[in-house]
Amino acid sequence: MNDVREHEHELLYVYAVTRPFATALPDGVRGLDGKPPGLIEHRGLCAAVSRVPAEDFNAGPLRAHLEDLDWLGRTARTHEAVIAALATVTCPVPLRLATVCRDENGVRRLLDSGRARFVRAIERLDGRIEWGVKVYAQAQQPFPSRELDPPEPKAATGRDYLRRRLGERQSRDEIWRRAGALSRALHAELCDRAEAGRLHRPQNARLSGEPGENVLNAAYLVPLDRSEDFVAAIRDFIPHIEGVRVELTGPWAPYSFAGGPDDGHGQVDQASREGREEQ
Amino acid sequence: MASPARFPDAYPPDGSGANLADILERVLDKGIVIAGDIRINLLDIELLTIKLRLIVASIDKAKEMGIDWWEDDPALSTGARRRELARENDELKERIAALESARNAEAAEGAVREKRAASAKKEQGAVTDE
Repeated sequence: MNDVREHEHELLYVYAVTRPFATALPDGVRGLDGKPPGLIEHRGLCAAVSRVPAEDFNAGPLRAHLEDLDWLGRTARTHEAVIAALATVTCPVPLRLATVCRDENGVRRLLDSGRARFVRAIERLDGRIEWGVKVYAQAQQPFPSRELDPPEPKAATGRDYLRRRLGERQSRDEIWRRAGALSRALHAELCDRAEAGRLHRPQNARLSGEPGENVLNAAYLVPLDRSEDFVAAIRDFIPHIEGVRVELTGPWAPYSFAGGPDDGHGQVDQASREGREEQ
Repeated sequence: MASPARFPDAYPPDGSGANLADILERVLDKGIVIAGDIRINLLDIELLTIKLRLIVASIDKAKEMGIDWWEDDPALSTGARRRELARENDELKERIAALESARNAEAAEGAVREKRAASAKKEQGAVTDE
C-alpha cells in the first residue's frame, strides 16, 4: 500500500492500534478485503488496516450499510477476528467498528490525534486479556409444585388457575434469586482475582441464541500469566444449582477496558444490572 | 519467567465460537472512539443513532435476528416503557378473564344446582380474602 494515488476509490479501515511488532500474524487471518491486514507504522505506533471500497465505506453508504444487519454482523465478525489475531502476538487497542480514513496520511493523523490515549491504553493493557463471564437463569420448566397443583389436569376454577400461576411465579422468582445471589458472589470473587471488572448490559436471548435469561454479563481484565488460574477459579467456584448456568467466553482482546475514564466507558454499568436483578 | 505466558485456549472450547451478541457488544459499544476522516453521526453520538435507526429502518429484521436489546433499555427507547405498560395490561386482562370465566362457570352451575353454586361462591370469597 505504497501508492495512495492508485487507490483513490478506496479507503482505509482501521481495526486497532498497537506498538510496532515483529511477530507474524497467525496464518489465515483475513480482513474486510479478504487479505491479511496491512500495518501502518508511525512514530512508535502501528495501525492495523484494510483497504475497503469507498462506495461501501464513505459516510453515506456506510450509514446505509449499518442498517443492514447482515452486513453489520459480517463486518463485526471480521473486525473481531482481525483484533483476535492481533491479540495473539501483541497488545491491540481496539477501535470502535467503522473507523475509516481516506489514506495513509489520514491514518497517521488518527495515530497522532489519539497518541496519548493509545499510549496510555497500551501501557495499561499490555500482557492482559479479557474473559467474559455470564450467568443465566433457566426457568423454562417451572418446578412441579405438587402441593399447589390441583388434582385435576386442568385448572377447573379461577382459584386453581391463580394458584398455579402463583406457583409458577414463585419457582421463577426462586431461580432468579439463586442466579442473582450466585452472580454477586461470583463477580466479587472474580474482581478480587482480576485486575479490573466491568458489568455489561444483560444480553437478549434471541440475539445470543443462549437458552435462559442472562442475569450477569461481566468482563474481567486478567494478566496472561494469571489467566490459567483465573479460568480454573471459575470452574472451581461454580456450584451446581438447578436452573442456573455459568458461561465463560474468551480470551478477548481487552475491548471492555480500552476506553479510559476520559472515554466515558470507565464507569461500571452497575445501574442496569441492579435494575435487571430487581425484576 | 521472562518468556511470555502461553496465549490461552479459547472458550467455549467446542469451537462453536463467540455468539453475535458477544461480538456486537464489544465492537459497537466498546473500544476507543476516535474520529477518522470519514465522519458518521453514530460515532459522534455514541451509537444511539444506529440503534434507533435500526429500529426504525428494519425493525422486523432486527426482531428476527434478535438485535433489539436497546428496545428494552428505557434510556434508549420510550418503547420500552410502553411495552412494560402493555405487558402489565395484558397480565391484568388475563387475570380478569380468569376471574370472569370462573364466575361464569359458577353462574351456569348455579342455574342447575343452586346449592353448589352458593358454596362455590363462598370459596371464591375465601380466595379473595387470602
